[in-house]
Amino acid sequence: MIVRPYGDTRDDGVIQFSFTLPVTYSPKATDVGKQFLEKLGFHNVAIAECTAIDPQFTFYVAYGRTDEGIDPDEVKGDYLEVEVMDFYAINGLIKEKLGRKLSVVGAAIESDAHTVGIDAIMNMKGFAGNYGLERYPEIAALNMGSQIPCAQLLKTALERKADAILVSQIVTQKNIHVQHLTQLIELLEAEGVRERFVLIVGGPRINNAFAKELGYDAGFGPRTTPLEVASFLAQEVVRRAGKA
Amino acid sequence: MTDAISIDQSLVERARAAAGEIADDIQQHIDAHTTDSTERATLRLLGIAGVNEIDVPLVNVVVEHARTLLPGGIMRPLVDLMMQAGKSAQKSAEAVARGELELAEVPAERRGAVEARAAELAAEGVGRIDAVRRRRNELVAETGEPLRPYVYVIVATGNINEDAVQAQAAARAGADVIAVIRTTAQSLLDYVPYGLTTEGFGGTYATQENFRLMRAALDEVGAELGRYIRLCNYASGLCMPEIAYMGSIERLDMMLNDSLYGIIFRNINMRRTFVDQYLARLLNARAGIIINTGEDNYLTTADAFEKGYTVIASDFINETFATRANLEKWQMGLGHAFEINPATPDQVVYQIADAQLVRQLFPEASPKYMPPTKHMPGDIFQGHIVDAMFNFTGIFTGQDIMLLGMLTEALHTPLLQDRYLSIKNAKYIFEGCRHLRDEIQFRPGGMIEKRADEILARAVEQIEHVRDIGLFAALEKGEFADVERDPEGGRGAEGVFKRAADYFNPFFAALREGRMSGPPTGPTPGTRAAGKGGRPS
Repeated sequence: MIVRPYGDTRDDGVIQFSFTLPVTYSPKATDVGKQFLEKLGFHNVAIAECTAIDPQFTFYVAYGRTDEGIDPDEVKGDYLEVEVMDFYAINGLIKEKLGRKLSVVGAAIESDAHTVGIDAIMNMKGFAGNYGLERYPEIAALNMGSQIPCAQLLKTALERKADAILVSQIVTQKNIHVQHLTQLIELLEAEGVRERFVLIVGGPRINNAFAKELGYDAGFGPRTTPLEVASFLAQEVVRRAGKA
Repeated sequence: MTDAISIDQSLVERARAAAGEIADDIQQHIDAHTTDSTERATLRLLGIAGVNEIDVPLVNVVVEHARTLLPGGIMRPLVDLMMQAGKSAQKSAEAVARGELELAEVPAERRGAVEARAAELAAEGVGRIDAVRRRRNELVAETGEPLRPYVYVIVATGNINEDAVQAQAAARAGADVIAVIRTTAQSLLDYVPYGLTTEGFGGTYATQENFRLMRAALDEVGAELGRYIRLCNYASGLCMPEIAYMGSIERLDMMLNDSLYGIIFRNINMRRTFVDQYLARLLNARAGIIINTGEDNYLTTADAFEKGYTVIASDFINETFATRANLEKWQMGLGHAFEINPATPDQVVYQIADAQLVRQLFPEASPKYMPPTKHMPGDIFQGHIVDAMFNFTGIFTGQDIMLLGMLTEALHTPLLQDRYLSIKNAKYIFEGCRHLRDEIQFRPGGMIEKRADEILARAVEQIEHVRDIGLFAALEKGEFADVERDPEGGRGAEGVFKRAADYFNPFFAALREGRMSGPPTGPTPGTRAAGKGGRPS
């Protein structure tokens, strides 16, 4: 079934906009903004705010309606469907099926200096009321922190006989994260150890399809909780061990 | 509301006494060591600038040539070379870089004359910084000094030309301070990049040319607005004193300057960075620059409700280090932050308690209050409201420097319009609540006073514990921000040298001698509404 944005009536197609044009404010600035939105295909455009935020820039808040719709059933993609388990069930699964601790090494790699993502997933304290991987008795988790060179991450993963490597990439300016992530894959392949690890990447600009495209096993985007990551890890490592 | 909550003064005295002992202990280490970056900053103070044919800064080239001489300080060999060759500092450095001249130990018979000449050169170098400070005083007197709190925003495009456009737009919307965020990982470069730059990752390279360009853009817009616009950058990382020098000579007005931050969040070797910080702060003190400390960051890794006391403890320690480095109280932009999870019942009440405590513990300092970052949602509308509560808490507790939050904090570096909306939000709240704090008294023994009491008591406990085990050991044990660091590990450890008995660097004395005092003053500009010139509503 086709759906359209819902303002206050089904199918009214109302969308809210805010944007800035590099034009000097003048009496015609309102029409510049309006016609711009009309060019995009919106109708019933209402400019709610049109103000100079600098001599060379005009800021708009506007509403418009669209006739376009979308059928959610037509949207196909590579989505990671994790069966989210609770803390005890995850530990139980590892203990029972794997029969040893699941070893995980995580880091924000190369020039990325932000630990917020990897910390949210791995640190004892966790995120959004979920404990981090360090808290799981059946997971031997090591959070190496930020700015870890790929080679050092791999060395540590091999030393600890890691089942999985978790990589966080927060900084995405000029697609620097793609370079870093590719670098890690290339290193793993060059060393012939890619298949030894469940390789996971997370970050605000990451999704599963993108991660797969780069050669990772899974990608987690914003608002991911440690529980989701731990569930995936436990299930995937157990599956690979042929004990599922 | 200067004495709004009652504070146990005996606790404050204990905190300052313990912080003093901690600083004494570290100062012994500082006085016994030098670093390659300290020696490079010394060369910059002598006026040496530029890069060699492969873009390595001359000061790095010279210090590399003279590595074995560093325990005695670079100054004596360099000045001796200048005198022997009859060349300026710059020409001498160039000749060393080309391999035409060699730096060497100075024979005993020449030392007296060399040291006398070095002292003159040091006085000249410091005089150049003083001239810049005088120029700031004149400009503020001419153009106007904004009301507190300063509205502080960030630009971070990576391209200094684009940064200048955004900075001017922000100033016109009401910003008083513009910080140019550095490109990611610049703090780990062991040299300062050179020249104008238009590419960066998540920020713009801190270079002397970029400083100059942004300074000119802000002076231009300040004259237009009738308000002196301050410029901020980062004297942190492996080149801390060199960047502090560049800021001092290019008339930056604020600089992030906190070695604890580098140790904890950038894994810079602590033995090195305490030494670097000392010269960096002496330079900023001389230049009339307000330093910003990085305590707010602790709460991005540790929990703000549980670990709020670590901020207070660190503020006491940073205050003490700052005093030892000759900074005046008004130059201390001590950090704290609005980072308690908004889902916590009474979150704002606790934030007010914490912020009010900082204000009262450091009444003459210029506390820098940092906005929510850790708990900012992708829902920008909700984020804008969390920022509004931060702005309210800031004006209500009388903070001096407000780094404004952006509604898109969780998403990307600020768009032009994000900064505009954020400034508009802050201006509304600052003007709308300007005198509220004069009209309200806190309930004695109420939630706010109790929270402040508890935080202070725990802070004192922590400072005394740090005093007992020593700051190096405390950092090793993760006392701050829950991050543990090895005193011998981290970046830049190889650049630390034990000073020889005859270590010589006249800048340390020259920077202290006859320092000007007091902040610049100027007329209060009329309050300007954000977005002036828009469509009449």
